[in-house]
Amino acid sequence: MNTRILEIKNLQKKFGNFNALINISFNVYEGDIFGFLGPNGSGKSTTIRCILSLIKQDAGLINIFGKKMKENRKEILSKIGCIIEKPDFYKYMSAKKNLEVFSRISGISVSKNKIYEMLEFVGLSSREKDKVKGFSHGMKQRLGIAYTLLHNPDLIILDEPTTGLDPQGIVEIRNLILRLNKEENKTILLSSHQLSEIELIANRMVIINKGEKIIEGNVSELLNNEEILVEFNVNDVGSSLEILKNHYDKIIIRKTGGNQIEVVTNPQSIAKINSLLVMNDINVKSIIPKRKLEDYYMKIINQ
Amino acid sequence: MLYKNIYNEFIKILNKPRSYIGIGVLTVLILTIEFALKLDGNSILSFVTSSFEQTLNFSGKILNGNLVAFIIIQMLIVHVPLLIALVTGDLVSGEAAMGTIRMLVTKPISRANIILSKFIAGGAYTLLITLWMGLLSFYFSGWLFGKGDVIVLNSDGLVILKEADVAWRFLSAFCVSFLSLLTISSLSICLSVFSDNSIGPIVSTMAIIILFTIIGSIDISAFNLLKPYLFTTHMASWRSFFNQPIITSDIIESILVLIIHNVLFFAIAVLKFNQKDIKS
Repeated sequence: MNTRILEIKNLQKKFGNFNALINISFNVYEGDIFGFLGPNGSGKSTTIRCILSLIKQDAGLINIFGKKMKENRKEILSKIGCIIEKPDFYKYMSAKKNLEVFSRISGISVSKNKIYEMLEFVGLSSREKDKVKGFSHGMKQRLGIAYTLLHNPDLIILDEPTTGLDPQGIVEIRNLILRLNKEENKTILLSSHQLSEIELIANRMVIINKGEKIIEGNVSELLNNEEILVEFNVNDVGSSLEILKNHYDKIIIRKTGGNQIEVVTNPQSIAKINSLLVMNDINVKSIIPKRKLEDYYMKIINQ
Repeated sequence: MLYKNIYNEFIKILNKPRSYIGIGVLTVLILTIEFALKLDGNSILSFVTSSFEQTLNFSGKILNGNLVAFIIIQMLIVHVPLLIALVTGDLVSGEAAMGTIRMLVTKPISRANIILSKFIAGGAYTLLITLWMGLLSFYFSGWLFGKGDVIVLNSDGLVILKEADVAWRFLSAFCVSFLSLLTISSLSICLSVFSDNSIGPIVSTMAIIILFTIIGSIDISAFNLLKPYLFTTHMASWRSFFNQPIITSDIIESILVLIIHNVLFFAIAVLKFNQKDIKS
């Protein structure tokens, strides 16, 4: 069993009469890339703000590294790196100066070399002297990652780190997260409202909606039990449709044009369908699984 | 950690363009007054002293650097609070508006220390402004106009202070002025904790100063009860050092009231900031 890095138990928070968090509980283990999923306004940022003591919870327990946040705030925060919503820096200062300012109060001694290393790590070493006000959103996000890693934290909390980024920026940040996890052994809590993003990099996840936990578990287990959409590229669409309809009366099969047919089935049946087609002399050129993530997500959050 | 954060606050103030507005405006104002007095100071002065000329005979250089310094402090002590609040009123709310407050509060430093750092940095900026005002008004005026005796027109008459007797009075006056301006700095930082935008605390600080000054100048019994407790009443106590004799008890009372206000503003700021949910 891995060490529990973050334990959230029955977390509650009210803003006036509005229940922002209702008994939220989940655990993050050492080495996890933990997906924290929910639609906008579901309570993700409020939970993260409670974890980081930016806002005070009304009730519930937050244990980080096995210690209570309330009583060990300084010690715990010195081992956490985080970006909440978007990284904001002092616009009138350079990237390097910003990192210097934050490194001074990070709880550990950070050398100038380390600052340069981090800027190089995120590809901003050539812009170290430029003022942040001239940075694009993507550059600020990368500077945010450098800021997060500056004091070599054990737990990294990233709140929607790809919001507002272009596709290239999203891939860069995603690869960076994977590198941090695999090469640097960082435990990562990653919040997002996009299931596809979580599916690509997280090993475990929790989904919350309207301040309540809906589901928690391993990403692969949670998603593999769900029906997915699979596209078969075949040489004979008519025969394929007939064969499949004769064998499967409960799954959805439809022609999508050209040589493609789409089948909605569970992941375990894909190989059986392929075998069936091949045994009936159908030439299957390709099989492309297209998970119906949106459907799954909507189903889960509407439960 | 506190020292490092105080250093950070200095760095932030030094890098903020608005920090130089105060110093720039103060320089322009003082140089303008000095220029105007250099051009036409004697005729302005003879207009003031004309009412005494039947009973007194003025000889020597009345318009000198010491008198000019006194005139400058008298004129500017009303305006400098705005220049101070422009920077200090932004110290917390500016971070909230920029979003950097989130990054600051998630660092292993207590919220009380964050506020203390800001009060100390705000105090240092106030000291810098006061020193700059002293340097330009006392030393530069002395160089431009030469030194001499100071004639001070008080409500109960004319006080003439010998040249050799004024340096310590100016030094003391600048110290009390600093304490007055520090109170403005503390007030604006305190208001800054309550706001998430930069303009609100600056405008509120000025509004409070104007309101208290108006209350202080209206002679009705209800307001007279309040006056001794308003910090604005004691902001002019620097002028007491130019009285003859100096009433020490009044000055000490003013200093105490101003110190109490500073402590009070700091305590309110820490209490509020400790309770505050950072949602920006």
